[in-house]
Amino acid sequence: MIEPGLYNYWIVVILMMAGFFIVMSHGNLVKKIVGLNIFQTSVFILYISFGKVSDATAPILDEAYTEYSNPLPHVLILTAIVVGVATSALGLALIVRIREAYGTVEEDEIIAQDPDS
Amino acid sequence: MRLRHLFAVVMLSGIYSLLSAGIFVQLDAVDVAFTEAAVGAGITTILMLGTLALTTDTERPPVKRQWLPLVVVLATGAALIYGTLDLPLLGDPNAPANLHVAPRYIEQSGQEVGVPNIVTSVLASYRGYDTLGEVTVIFTAGIGVMVLLGGTRRRKRKKNRP
Repeated sequence: MIEPGLYNYWIVVILMMAGFFIVMSHGNLVKKIVGLNIFQTSVFILYISFGKVSDATAPILDEAYTEYSNPLPHVLILTAIVVGVATSALGLALIVRIREAYGTVEEDEIIAQDPDS
Repeated sequence: MRLRHLFAVVMLSGIYSLLSAGIFVQLDAVDVAFTEAAVGAGITTILMLGTLALTTDTERPPVKRQWLPLVVVLATGAALIYGTLDLPLLGDPNAPANLHVAPRYIEQSGQEVGVPNIVTSVLASYRGYDTLGEVTVIFTAGIGVMVLLGGTRRRKRKKNRP
């Protein structure tokens, strides 16, 4: 069903670098959050692919199966997804406040209004 | 990346979350896929749309092309690809990650906890403190959002009656 190989890590690296590039190159703060989300999901895929076992099934006990994928990364990533939403909610709330204080969500315009920083 | 219209960007990121949920199903992580589809594709998209409603939904075009981020990304990506060459293959049952505590969870959790879903029993029983910490993080983030956004309403009210 799934061929063994290293391609899953390469997909993870490509997604991670796409998110990283968005965070670095775009001045718009909402786009930075979207880039962080892409980065985050690539880390999730990395962990889940560590736990994948060939010819195994999802880790739900049943008489018919003896081979299960590793449940531990699934637990860690469940926690990480929910924490990730909490952090992006906090980031988005900060963006709303920045917009109220500076009237813009573009990074360079904010820096231009703050000559001291 | 080139899209200036942030509404389309948010919609695409929701679709991306849903696709990654599909990848999780393929990798046997059904619980993670549920959570990603509900929380990643659902709640995050709603939060971002709320932010767009409160701020602006178009991005200003960039002043100049930046080459430094591209160079940094390519260099980091090449280093990471080089790092993956030593990792165990996808689906290897003898990878170190699959040999430590996971076999014990799979063999014993049926008797010890009594829930057929191993992810649930690890989450709620063996790693219950992690879940408690997670709830604490969400609680803190919720308080932070309330402080950040609740303060604005009060300031506006003050502005209205000087």
